[in-house]
Amino acid sequence: MLEARSVAFSYRADRPLLRDVSVALKPGSFLALLGVNGCGKSTLLQCLTNMIKPQAGEVLLDGVPIGQVDRHERARKVAMVAQHSHANRLTVFDSVLLGRRPYMNGGPSKQDLDSVANMLGRLGMEDKALSYVDVLSGGEYQKVVLARAFVQSAQTLLLDEPTNNLDPANQQEIMRAVREEVDTSGIAAGAVLHDINLALRYCDRFMFIADGLVDAAGDASVVTPEEIRRVYGMDVDIIEHKGVKAVIPLDGMRSSIAEKSTGPDGDRG
Amino acid sequence: MEEERLTTKDLPDVTATQTMQGAYQGYIRHKLLVMVVLTVVVLTIATWSISIGSISLSPVQIVTALLGQADARTASVVWNMRLPRILTAIVAGIALALAGCAYQSTLRNPLASASTLGISQGAAFGASIAIIVLSGGGPSNTVAYEGVTTSDPVTTAICAFGGAVLSTLIILGLSRFREMTPESIVLLGVALSALFTAGTTLVQYFADDSQVAAVVFWTFGDLSRVNYQQLAIMASVTAISAVFFFANRWNYNAMEASEGLAHGLGIPANRLRLLSMLFASAAAATVIAFCGTINFVGLVAPHIMRRLLGSDYRYLLPASALAGAGLLLVSDILCHVIVQPLILPISAITSLVGAPIFIHLLFKGVRR
Repeated sequence: MLEARSVAFSYRADRPLLRDVSVALKPGSFLALLGVNGCGKSTLLQCLTNMIKPQAGEVLLDGVPIGQVDRHERARKVAMVAQHSHANRLTVFDSVLLGRRPYMNGGPSKQDLDSVANMLGRLGMEDKALSYVDVLSGGEYQKVVLARAFVQSAQTLLLDEPTNNLDPANQQEIMRAVREEVDTSGIAAGAVLHDINLALRYCDRFMFIADGLVDAAGDASVVTPEEIRRVYGMDVDIIEHKGVKAVIPLDGMRSSIAEKSTGPDGDRG
Repeated sequence: MEEERLTTKDLPDVTATQTMQGAYQGYIRHKLLVMVVLTVVVLTIATWSISIGSISLSPVQIVTALLGQADARTASVVWNMRLPRILTAIVAGIALALAGCAYQSTLRNPLASASTLGISQGAAFGASIAIIVLSGGGPSNTVAYEGVTTSDPVTTAICAFGGAVLSTLIILGLSRFREMTPESIVLLGVALSALFTAGTTLVQYFADDSQVAAVVFWTFGDLSRVNYQQLAIMASVTAISAVFFFANRWNYNAMEASEGLAHGLGIPANRLRLLSMLFASAAAATVIAFCGTINFVGLVAPHIMRRLLGSDYRYLLPASALAGAGLLLVSDILCHVIVQPLILPISAITSLVGAPIFIHLLFKGVRR
């Protein structure tokens, strides 16, 4: 299991981004990381994948400090879908095959090729297998990125704003695919999301980060109008439609609480 | 290796996945076929190149000479004059193209090459120091090249290599010390280019006309300067670098997509970038030190192949190497045949050959 314990991190000494954040990614669960732009959600993911080292606290992978885990072993246990990825001129098949890199000795094995072919079939991308990824639509490309993370066969999957710049149908498709992977493979997933409705629809655990601390964490019951007002500074109603909660923004300006949380450095959230 | 957990649930239609894999194997075979064709083309051009010159040689004469059965005159032309030059063109083309590939992937910048990173300019500065400062203008340690006097070629090569290595070390040192982004490293290279060019200009300003001419002549590039011993050094450095690059072909694919992806796949991005730059710079510096400045090959050969074959470094690396060798061989032939009996500067011809091909592909928008 991947977990962060009392992690603190700041890019500038005078402006702590994460002050004391603990989170555990549990098997069979899909966690939504929520909070305003710049609150440190993406930074937390980077700490969890050992891309950056927290200045206090620790990140443990199966009980071992992640910095001490062999990088190949780490890659076989934790997969990450980064926010920005350049679509280079690889075929869809080869781009997904990259996800098998942690298992390759030299070149891909038959097992690697089978894994990619199965995954492309599962995501309905057989006919795109030999297309170059740089000619795909945004939604198709994001499915390739997701397929690559899936074939990594990691026990934990982290996603940084996986539905950015996608139309509503593709957003649903991407989130549904992750949910299915969680349910069928029993992996742990954690995603930085801005759309609370998407989170409510597909995630089962929620964590709000504000002022460098965990403001609230738990199941869907923590997603309340009061919590959203406290974190985002906006008034909402939460209704239930066919058993699914939905957040409806109300008229009104964001309060100064949220404005204060949004730093001048842009989105590090 | 740890027991992996394959995702095998919801297996799609077995026939469909087998068809997909069959199509993928066909795609791989197509790429390999392109490699074979490129190799044949390069070898054909090389053979043609050996036959061209003031003394024309037939393919039979060339083969006879290579087998040691030819008369002394033919053997001398092949073994002492043409073969070292042709082999130099092949090795230098491979080295510069591979270096360009490695720079472009690890710095994620299509403009990265030995020229844009200041390595060529560092070498030119080193050569200027050798020719103008170290030769002292004295006749004892100078050598005449077609009427232009320059310093001892070994000293020039060593100083040029030193300049290129200095440029590389500054880039690697600062990027390591300041943990620079790939974009900043390229900008640092541009600044270093300007610095070394300024240094060369200042050194030239205090030199006499013949020394300035010698420096300019050196920067023209010349494949016929290289002897077998130097060729062996170039080939060794290039071979070692090539092994390193090819061993990291999958890692380059990940690096070019994003450093986040590379990290997530267990690839040490910073270390790979530093080592790649080191091997690329060693290969490029060795070539420039022995042959002088050769423009455009390192930049354009990977781009031409990228447009024709895609960005998969499994194929891009060997294809670019072959394209680099072919480009330099064709340029060398043109140097010798355009204005006979004059031999035109190779650095100008490589650009004249490469740029139109590149522009053509750019506008044609080749996708496969």
